Amino acid sequence: MSTPVLELARVTVEFPTDRGRLRPVDGVSFSVEAGKTLAVVGESGCGKSVTALAIMGLLPQGGEVGGGIRLAGEELLALTPDQRRARRGGEMAMVFQEPMTSLNPAFTAGEQVAEALRLHQGLSPDAAFAKAIEMFRRVRIPEPERRARSYPHQLSGGMRQRVMIAMALACRPRLLIADEPTTALDVTVQAQILALIDEMKRETGTAVVLITHDLGVVRDHADEVVVMYAGRIAERAKAADLFANPQHPYTIGLLGAVPRLEGGAARLASIEGTVPDLMNPPPGCRFAPRCPFAIAQCAEQPPLAEVTPGHQAACWRAPLDTLLEQAA
Amino acid sequence: MSAPLLELRDVAKGFPVRDALGRRRGAVRAVDGVSLIVPKGSVLAIVGESGCGKSTLGRLALRLIEADQGQILFEGEDLRGLSARALRARRRDMQLIFQDPFASLDPRMTVEQAVAEPLRLHGIVPRAQEAQRVAELLSRVGLRPELARRWPHEFSGGQRQRIAIARALASEPKLIIGDEPVSALDVSVQAQVVNLLQDLIRELGLTFVLISHDLGVVRHIADRVAVMYLGRIVEEGPTAQVFGAPRHPYTRALLAAVPGQGHAHAPLLEGDIPSPINPPSGCRFRTRCPYAQPLCAEQVPPMEGTSHLAACHFQQNLPPALVGQDAETGGERLRRLQAYFTDQTQKQGELA
Repeated sequence: MSTPVLELARVTVEFPTDRGRLRPVDGVSFSVEAGKTLAVVGESGCGKSVTALAIMGLLPQGGEVGGGIRLAGEELLALTPDQRRARRGGEMAMVFQEPMTSLNPAFTAGEQVAEALRLHQGLSPDAAFAKAIEMFRRVRIPEPERRARSYPHQLSGGMRQRVMIAMALACRPRLLIADEPTTALDVTVQAQILALIDEMKRETGTAVVLITHDLGVVRDHADEVVVMYAGRIAERAKAADLFANPQHPYTIGLLGAVPRLEGGAARLASIEGTVPDLMNPPPGCRFAPRCPFAIAQCAEQPPLAEVTPGHQAACWRAPLDTLLEQAA
Repeated sequence: MSAPLLELRDVAKGFPVRDALGRRRGAVRAVDGVSLIVPKGSVLAIVGESGCGKSTLGRLALRLIEADQGQILFEGEDLRGLSARALRARRRDMQLIFQDPFASLDPRMTVEQAVAEPLRLHGIVPRAQEAQRVAELLSRVGLRPELARRWPHEFSGGQRQRIAIARALASEPKLIIGDEPVSALDVSVQAQVVNLLQDLIRELGLTFVLISHDLGVVRHIADRVAVMYLGRIVEEGPTAQVFGAPRHPYTRALLAAVPGQGHAHAPLLEGDIPSPINPPSGCRFRTRCPYAQPLCAEQVPPMEGTSHLAACHFQQNLPPALVGQDAETGGERLRRLQAYFTDQTQKQGELA
């Protein structure tokens, strides 16, 4: 097997605060291979976006990263800030939820994509602008020559997100991190953008980390899934396996909490309570206070252990199937 | 079917559009000739993408903004004909729940003050019974009454939305309009609030208008659905029929675009919604419609049908619709495991 494009080994992120140290990411490990999509799924505060920012080296001031983050075998945490900046845009790129905040309102869309090409590929201004127009065509922006001369406010939300994707992929990065790339978009436009990311990935072999709260998006677009809860990985599996045979109680609850398009369920399986305060997390399994399967042992932290081949869950009670047998 | 609690007849509303110098450049017809009937005790969902006019329609129905034309009948009485004073008295019967529970509660009011305000405004209970009524309302929405003295910032998004619901229930309204009431919430919290809304609708006999872009939530709680596109209703009918056999090409595209149905499902709709300043002539969906014909540019298609209506010239000639359906998950094993979550809720009682 070739070297994975991205490898995280027991990554932790800490922030000093007035009330003590906050650890929004606590021992996260996963890897992504070229041309594959790994989805990181979880609710607000689970640490999925902080993980993305840690990979990119874009954490807010004060954030400290522990563990290891390797891009194509190179340890990113050992690099100087300048070296890391050189990797961003060229080797690794990121698309954010709200494209308006990541585009500069004072420059045209084409100029911004061209800038990335000049910086990372050393193209002349004219060649870079021509390449930017070609990228616009490839992400199927209608009238690419005209749109390249438009300012961000003149573009619709879906069009801006296409510009961001054109910019992110212009330099053929090894890794694309998409953080809720379609959450701000309407459903018909969301479908177009996600299809576009898939198509680009197939074409360029870019590895994609897709950060989302939407299990439907995960099902349609991910090869592998990491489910995060309160800063830790609850479950990790191939996408098809996760949906067919979920193992962690949190995943099981989440799947039941989404109303289904064909209807049927009289009542949604809701997970009671709220996400724990990360300044003061419960000991052991962080999901235990909300978990209907919790036992005394859950006061100790369960390891992320293999339940079936290639399918891991951090739960003392996995596999839960024995419970079903007892109940039957 | 019982008499309609709310009926809209040919309601329209335009907003002026101005350029950077403040000159009028025309008008957006945000809502353009909408007629709807909401029977007492039913749940109607209005769905559509941003800019389709669904939120404007909700505000028009409560006369929070004034319509340009049409009738808004509440229990048969046209709200547009009421004086300001009469309207204020009528407002007791209709409440609105907003999307953002962080913006809709006054940060300087405790929960008790926020929930008591409508009680006092409409003189619902004597002052002496106010605290008790607030406590009842809070436990009705699944909050411990001891929380009444706390401030909004001390609560999570889901709890705040419960407070907003308690406040909406305080005046004992007949109609509640929820404008994306669960869209800002995380999945697990959203499920809690959806379950709560369903319980309240059933137990209090509420009439509920749900404005939402989330088709899963709509499928789950609505009796009827109206689909809007660029200010007009393009399809309306019983929820199971609209989802099971959509008749308008836009409804079909909307359903097909919902993620989670597997790759093979979605024929993608091209392009964005056109600008509502200069909407396409005839059928407004024709510029994105795979079945459009020359007729669609010339004539506005009328709503056709009896209980399940659609506004499409060619609705009889479309190929059979793909039925919106999530890919199968987990099967019986997952359903049985999920039952543990429901059982636990019942064991613990409902107070969060």
